[in-house]
Order: sequence, then C-alpha cells, then structure tokens
Amino acid sequence: MAATKKKTTAKWPAQIFKTLKDADIGQISYVPDAGHADLIKACLADNRIKTTRLTTEEEGIALALGAWLGGERSALLMQSSGVGNCINMLSIIQETRSPLLMLVTMRGEWGEFNPWQIPMGQGTAKALEDAGVIVYHVEVADELPETVYAASQIAFNSYRPVAVLIGQRVIGFKDWRK
Amino acid sequence: MAAKKKITLNRRNVVSRIVRDRGHVLIVTGLGSTTWDAAAAGDHPNNFYLWGGMGGAAVTGLGLARAQPGRRVIVLTGDGEMLMGIGSLATIGVAAPPNLAICVIDNQRYGETGMQETHTGHGVDLAAMAAGAGFAHTETVWTKKDVESAIPHLYETEGPVFVDIKVNTDYVPMVLPMRDGTAIRSRFREAVLGDRAFD
Ligand SMILES: Cc1ncc(C[n+]2csc(CCOP(=O)(O)OP(=O)(O)O)c2C)c(N)n1
Ligand SMILES: [Mg+2]
Repeated sequence: MAATKKKTTAKWPAQIFKTLKDADIGQISYVPDAGHADLIKACLADNRIKTTRLTTEEEGIALALGAWLGGERSALLMQSSGVGNCINMLSIIQETRSPLLMLVTMRGEWGEFNPWQIPMGQGTAKALEDAGVIVYHVEVADELPETVYAASQIAFNSYRPVAVLIGQRVIGFKDWRK
Repeated sequence: MAAKKKITLNRRNVVSRIVRDRGHVLIVTGLGSTTWDAAAAGDHPNNFYLWGGMGGAAVTGLGLARAQPGRRVIVLTGDGEMLMGIGSLATIGVAAPPNLAICVIDNQRYGETGMQETHTGHGVDLAAMAAGAGFAHTETVWTKKDVESAIPHLYETEGPVFVDIKVNTDYVPMVLPMRDGTAIRSRFREAVLGDRAFD
C-alpha cells in the first residue's frame, strides 16, 4: 500500500521561521519529524542560524541550557514522541530557571492511523505540564506565528520552559487508503 | 585478552592538575563526583555545576561552545554520566565545535551510587567511540605523564577533543559546591556575559 501524504503547500513553516528570526533565535536543534521538514530545511539554508542534529530529543534540552548560559537563544524542534525522551532533562531547565522554547509537531491525536503513536501523543501536553512546561496547543495554522512569537517572549523574558504544540490538524494527516 | 592495566591515578589530583591551567576557560561538570572534584579543586564563577540531568553534560558544553566560539569550553564528567548521553558523541562529532573538549574522569564505576561497575571496565572504550563519532583528537590516559601530555589537547587542540582519564577508586572526601541552580546559572552568566546576563 502506498501511503500518500497530502502535499503541503502550507505557509506556516516559513512564517514560523521568520518569527524565530524576529525573536533573535541563534541556534536550532532537532530530531526530524515530517511536520517540521520545511522548517528544518529553512534553518539549514540560513547560515546565520547554527543548527544541531540530535540523536535524541533530551540532548536538545541540555543544548538549550548551554546556549543560553553562553548568551544565545535557541529553539528545539521535535515530534510529540520525543517529548517522552525529555522528561528528566527538563529538570535542569526548571532548577536553573532558564528559558526553553520547544516546537512540537503532534502525532497521535487528529486522524492518526498508527495506533502506536496514540499513547505518547495523547499524553504529550500533560507530560510537559507535569514537568513544569508552559504549553500552547495550536489547532489553527493562522494562529501559529503569533503563538510562537508569544511563546518566545514568555520563554526568554520570564526565563521559563515553553512548548508550542503544533496540532496534527494543522499539519494534516496521512490518508493511508490512497 | 591483554592483562588489565593497573589504574593508579587519583581523581582529585588529576582534576586539580587540569584546572590549575584554567585561565579563562569555561568548565561544565557532570552530576556527581566530577562536580565535587571541581569544587575540591577550587570554586570559580566560570564553573557550571550540574547536579542533575544525567547524560546532559557534554551537550550542555556543546550549546555553550557554539554560543561562545571565542572561549574554550571543557566538560568534566563521569563515565556513567557520559554513557547515559552516549549519543551526544555523535551529535558533537557532527557539530564539530573547535573549542570544545570533553574530559571523562573514568573510574569504571557509578561512584555516586555505591561504586557499581560501569561498562567501561568491561571493554567499552569511550575514546574509541568518540573517534568513531568523528572527534578531532581522542585518547585514553593511564599515567601521570600522559595527563601532562593530554592537558594541551584539552586546552588548545582544535576540537572536538575527547580525553578519557582512568582513575582509581580510592576514597576522596565529599566537597560540595553551591547547589541552587538559579544561583549557579546567574553567577556563571554574569561571569561570561557581564551586564548582558540580566537582560
Ligand atoms: C537519570 C538518572 N539515573 C540515575 C541516577 C543516579 N545516579 C546519580 S550519580 C550516578 C552515577 C554517576 O556515575 P559517574 O558518572 O561514573 O560518576 P562517578 O563515578 O564519578 O561518581 C547515578 C547512576 C540519576 N541521578 N539520574
Ligand atoms: Mg564513574
């Protein structure tokens, strides 16, 4: 069965990229997700943003702390499954009261086909909140740029971890029948 | 199999010797004994002590090294701490920060939790793993003489540098640095960034 993905011509990845630039983000780290593909591409193409490919998402938490200790703002991109890899590492952000900006593309929620994505996807927001992270869940593409900007401001001005969950409804889901 | 080499180096002597030459270098320590070692060698505002986040020391150093490309960054951490973040060797190898050195104080034990053996006493070669990840310079150190020759690599060789120093399990007294995370980060940021620390 050939799984076809609705071809995204979405504007929001480019808009988020611009928002990150406006928010003075100097470093991006990521574990890829299909939902982040365009944004990652944009970051890699910009030679003023330092990109770090991670082997696991929790590295990105420690990286963000190190970057901020050195005076540089960063953002961490991941899929919702990756949130499960981060929980203990989030404690270093909490204990040092340092900023963290996470952009999380959701799986396991809107129209999900893969049942294995459901446990982590359904628990993502709660797990983050239980770990002390401020969470914004966005279901409408038009609200993304403004939400990412607001999230960056609260993260870096109030020295706290913030996650923007980019809903599966925004990203579009695979229709496996096609 | 070759006979096991005898380990004679004392961790406190090693860490004190390394930080003696610190100058303006920024030091990140991993949770547990390397944090106590750094404290025993002398507290310093350019020390960032991790008391948690096991597995995160090396990549904290990477974020810092990328943000401060003009400063040398040395991560001092334990073998257990490094093993928990072993994938970060690949991350650092690819990021290839020229100003970052990772120094593992390798007692082949989880010292903090009761001296249980780690993988490094059972054939796992961290320096070889770092070499496989593309580090520019890697070595394993067993003797005092090798400590001396490794120090210029930690401070000057174009990185990423990885040095694994085998240390014995002799008792060393606990020396605790400050532990309030907000205080540690504020002091460190002020030392590195001056007034900009409070933006
Ligand atoms: C995620 C996590 N798992 C386990 C522990 C318990 N723990 C604290 S220190 C430590 C061992 C550290 O060993 P190593 O890094 O080799 O340091 P050293 O031998 O120098 O004490 C462990 C397992 C922890 N703090 N966090
Ligand atoms: Mg150890």
